[in-house]
Amino acid sequence: MNFEAVKAIYNFEMARTFRTAMQSIVSPVISTSLYFVVFGAAIGSRITEIEGVSYGAFIVPGLIMLMVLTQSVSNGSFGIYFPKFLGTIYELLSAPVSSFEIVIGYVGAAATKSLILGILVLATAGFFVPLRIDHPIWMLVFLVLTAITFSLVGFIIGIWAKGMEQLQIVPLLIITPLTFLGGTFYSINVLPPVWQTISLFNPVVYLISGFRWSFYGISDVNMGISLAMTVAFLLICLGIVSWIFRTGYRLKA
Amino acid sequence: MQQQPIISISGLSKTYASGFVALRSVDLDIRRGEILALLGPNGAGKTTLISIVTGIVNPTEGQVTVDGHDIVKDYRAARSLIGLVPQELTTDAFETVWATVTHSRGLFGLKPNPDHIEKVLRDLTLWDKKDNKIMELSGGMKRRVMIAKALSHEPRILFLDEPTAGVDVELRKEMWALVRDLRASGVTIILTTHYIAEAEEMADRIGIIHNGELKLVEEKDELMRKLGSKQLMLQLQEPIEALPTDLNGHKLELSGDGTALTYTYDAQAGRTGISALLSDLSRVGIRFKDLQTRESSLEDIFVNLVRDGQ
Repeated sequence: MNFEAVKAIYNFEMARTFRTAMQSIVSPVISTSLYFVVFGAAIGSRITEIEGVSYGAFIVPGLIMLMVLTQSVSNGSFGIYFPKFLGTIYELLSAPVSSFEIVIGYVGAAATKSLILGILVLATAGFFVPLRIDHPIWMLVFLVLTAITFSLVGFIIGIWAKGMEQLQIVPLLIITPLTFLGGTFYSINVLPPVWQTISLFNPVVYLISGFRWSFYGISDVNMGISLAMTVAFLLICLGIVSWIFRTGYRLKA
Repeated sequence: MQQQPIISISGLSKTYASGFVALRSVDLDIRRGEILALLGPNGAGKTTLISIVTGIVNPTEGQVTVDGHDIVKDYRAARSLIGLVPQELTTDAFETVWATVTHSRGLFGLKPNPDHIEKVLRDLTLWDKKDNKIMELSGGMKRRVMIAKALSHEPRILFLDEPTAGVDVELRKEMWALVRDLRASGVTIILTTHYIAEAEEMADRIGIIHNGELKLVEEKDELMRKLGSKQLMLQLQEPIEALPTDLNGHKLELSGDGTALTYTYDAQAGRTGISALLSDLSRVGIRFKDLQTRESSLEDIFVNLVRDGQ
């Protein structure tokens, strides 16, 4: 195991994050605060409580997930796309590192960054609504698993993408709609039955539901199923990544 | 006993997905501690060869071992020994020189060693730029940064792909000096170039690649002797029908229409025989209106090699 290489990749990526702190940390926090102002305070005050939780508090787990999902995907994809785009990937390919170490370095850094952001959003939320976390350990488990899984998704997109446009298109057309329709701002129980069934095909529903359960003990789907699905997505992503490295797909001629 | 080669390449072929055949069954042993120059025109397969040995491109067929380690099965041991300076100026942009060179050392699994990094940067006259962002540097400086990255992990083998393409005279000389120092410290160096002069200046041995085939590998001195011939062409004022017998001592050729003479000589030799020829010409009364000399160019060498191969 080449620990120095993992450390080098991880530190390099984290340095990039902190160098662009304004863009990569401050702006997501500001945009989330705006969600609270609009949906929490302005509109939320006119919406009745959902299963005993005020609307402002209800959307907190969803907003954190929204942040962690989108940031994980964008960090994970940029981290590996950039060296490909610049050509500096030659060094990574010629270094004595295994694919596993490359993934730990890049995905670890991407996940760390989105975790930091998730926790910042949580802290920001504390200023707007009263927070309650029933199962803090499970909350962290869901948060970490989600950050890793979607950083892997980002990593896969970064390797697959041949241009900036492709890099943006998956988050824009797939990840963001799935998140908004995955129960960030509502409980899927309020949907007509048909749409409830359709929603169950949306993987994000399980992430948000499990995560919300860890806060308030309420969930759209059983917490055990949520956890199983989250782990399943992680394994699928790991499978794709290992296939990429085995074949050299879009990395090696 | 002959020392085991540090890099051993056998039956190496590469066909790209597009169908382009970049290498055709190349066999090559690289000796420990030598400077090997790979000469060839653009697209000959030099970069592909280097990319396969360093792990950037997967071979279609064949085997490569680096100090006895197979580059696929035992890639960690093989790659740890190698530093690579690619042809293209591909660097990070926003990182500092110090950060990017330190990063390279880590990638190759070595513990941080600021003293070594400092030495490398000083050797490459990059020390006063260590806190600059790479994007602020000139092209020549970026080239140095890439060399510094390759040297950051103390490689035993250094690949320099077209190191002096687009580099000014001063930096070229510095690089040559650096390469000599590295060789003196026991590093094996493989450089590609399409300048004969560079190969002549630097190399112990020269390999010539053309159309994906390794045409020959030879000691530089031997090859230079073969390639070092020059030609003197004389345009005559009056056509002549045959060479006067007085000129038999010179290696002369008369063109078909009798208007030009071609004299072939060794440019490396102390005596080229040109003045003797010219005085003999005036003695037999052959006048010329123009003269020019030409060296055998790399292209001629390739043409010859290809013709000889058939």
